[in-house]
Amino acid sequence: MLVLPALFDEANKMRRFTVQVMRALDDLGVDSFLPDLPGCNESLVPLDNLSLEDLRVAASAAAEAFGATEVLTIRTGALLAPPSLPTWQYAPQTGAKLLRSMLRARLIASREAGRAETQEQLLEEGRKSGLMLAGWPIGAAMFQELETAVPSASATQHVIAQSQVGGGGLWLRAEPSHDQTQADALAQIIAANDRVDT
Amino acid sequence: MGSQQAKADAAPNERAPEEQALALELKSIIADVLGIDAEDAAALNEDSGLFGHLPELDSMAVAGLLTEIEDRLDIVIEDEDVDGEMLETFGGLLAFAKAKLDEG
Repeated sequence: MLVLPALFDEANKMRRFTVQVMRALDDLGVDSFLPDLPGCNESLVPLDNLSLEDLRVAASAAAEAFGATEVLTIRTGALLAPPSLPTWQYAPQTGAKLLRSMLRARLIASREAGRAETQEQLLEEGRKSGLMLAGWPIGAAMFQELETAVPSASATQHVIAQSQVGGGGLWLRAEPSHDQTQADALAQIIAANDRVDT
Repeated sequence: MGSQQAKADAAPNERAPEEQALALELKSIIADVLGIDAEDAAALNEDSGLFGHLPELDSMAVAGLLTEIEDRLDIVIEDEDVDGEMLETFGGLLAFAKAKLDEG
């Protein structure tokens, strides 16, 4: 199983949880791999020149390299899922909502710092030349793609909603956190259905 | 429960049920954001400090909070509406959300 992590700020918040899910999957006999996406984590590629499509290509290449037969995406990781593989989308999120949260964070921070910025200005600047959002340099191409990107709804994609996992989504936490109970629940949903499928 | 006890200085009529439900929903969202349990969240009152009072509640956390409020209450919060006052206390946030719901 290829694991495609949440993007940007949410990646930080979901990092430990993602690994917890992978350990729980391993206990249930499912092998999984978590690649560092280009421009993220320890990747040396500068993020500001990357497009969402670049990340999609990398995700597909990773699926092939690992010989993945299925995919688990976390939040906006769903935007990157290779269309041909059976995919579990955990709490999928659209690019527009991700962008909205990051823009909003920047506006709130600017206001606190006494800088006058408006959403219109930021949108225009982001589309034209990219923006630094929540510490992530989002290039113009990435910015424009995020505005319209939605998780695939093809027949190969299965959504696991937070309500199935129980508790509050960890991406909401102000401080990065983890939750073994949720990780076990998510892994069990996947493993149980994998057994039915095969 | 404690919420039934009207404050001495409050209007004699108890709060409308919709407003109590709204307060509960907001507390539940804040509990998810702060990672506190339901009991601690239930103890929030109108004067409980939020943005600027809790170090973990930074701009990104507040942005996530507002986005979640939009999703759960099915409202749209314009960024121009977001100011320090509405975020500073639980009461400010509650009043803001109520006004938004009344608008729509």
